[in-house]
Amino acid sequence: MSRTQWGATLTMPVTEDRDHIQGPADAPVTLLEYGDYECPYCGAAYPIIKEVQARMGERLRFVFRNFPITTSHPHAEQAAEAAEGAAQQGRFWEMHDVLYENQRRLGESDLRSYAETLGLDVEQFDKELAEHVHAARVREDFMSGVRSGVNGTPGFYINGARHDDSYDVATLLAALERAAA
Amino acid sequence: MTNASVDSRSTPLPPGSEAPDFTLPSTPDQSVSLTDFRGQPVILAFYPEDFSPVCSDQLALYQELLPEFQKFNAELLGISVDGVWCHLAFAKDRNLHFPLLSDFEPKGEVSRTYHAYRTEDGTSERALYVIDGEGIVRWSYVSPVGLNPGADGILSALEDMEKGVAQ
Repeated sequence: MSRTQWGATLTMPVTEDRDHIQGPADAPVTLLEYGDYECPYCGAAYPIIKEVQARMGERLRFVFRNFPITTSHPHAEQAAEAAEGAAQQGRFWEMHDVLYENQRRLGESDLRSYAETLGLDVEQFDKELAEHVHAARVREDFMSGVRSGVNGTPGFYINGARHDDSYDVATLLAALERAAA
Repeated sequence: MTNASVDSRSTPLPPGSEAPDFTLPSTPDQSVSLTDFRGQPVILAFYPEDFSPVCSDQLALYQELLPEFQKFNAELLGISVDGVWCHLAFAKDRNLHFPLLSDFEPKGEVSRTYHAYRTEDGTSERALYVIDGEGIVRWSYVSPVGLNPGADGILSALEDMEKGVAQ
């Protein structure tokens, strides 16, 4: 009768070709985040992920997918497209980090200056942003999250199962270690 | 994650039931009836309160998904016991562009007919209904009040309806 929302699982599997990934493909545990660059909770999770990655090293694979809630965060979509633009030039994670470290500065000129700092081909970057070349990819990420039961950001999945607990370092680490065991 | 609320959740009207008709104000001078939408699917999202954190996230997600709902020609209606002026302020503040109906007087009457009223709190449950063009409930779900149910269930129900899958 009623479809349960409990035990939600990832409907679009992680693929090395498509996804933005840190860590080895054969790591025993994969942490996937559906995130929004303007969401303060995602901003709070950013250093936590770094910490967890440092602690687990090669035993953890981390994947990031876009989940911009533009209704609440007017800059989130453009920031997501900017990160995808950087990815096009092989610099996704650098841009991802800059965006989370500058969450209140996600205007158009800010994005361009980050692209410059990262040494991207800015003309190309600007053109792709203006033409929304990466909008479809961002939407695909977003809808894959919706269909996987993401109900807010950050939305975490551990080895494909939604992590419904809190995401402080200790809790997240414990959950990852359980999944890795 | 308020596990304590799990056990006190209501059981929603099951699929196959006739959706009770209602007329509720959506603005200080306009009302909406369920029968206004005959011939198209209707999503009813009962939620506890304007401005509460989980409700805000849930409705922001639905706003984001309006184009997806529109692909099914479905109309989304939010319902809570808040008054129309409160709804207006909430919709403006959160950028919501779908009707928020006020189940204010008699308080919670429509929520009660949909088994979506929490007597102990005096608010609506976090309940979802997908109703078909003939006014029949096709899917229903009551979420723990502190947990955002997301939108997957709604989209699956709309897809099933379109495919003509019996529930």
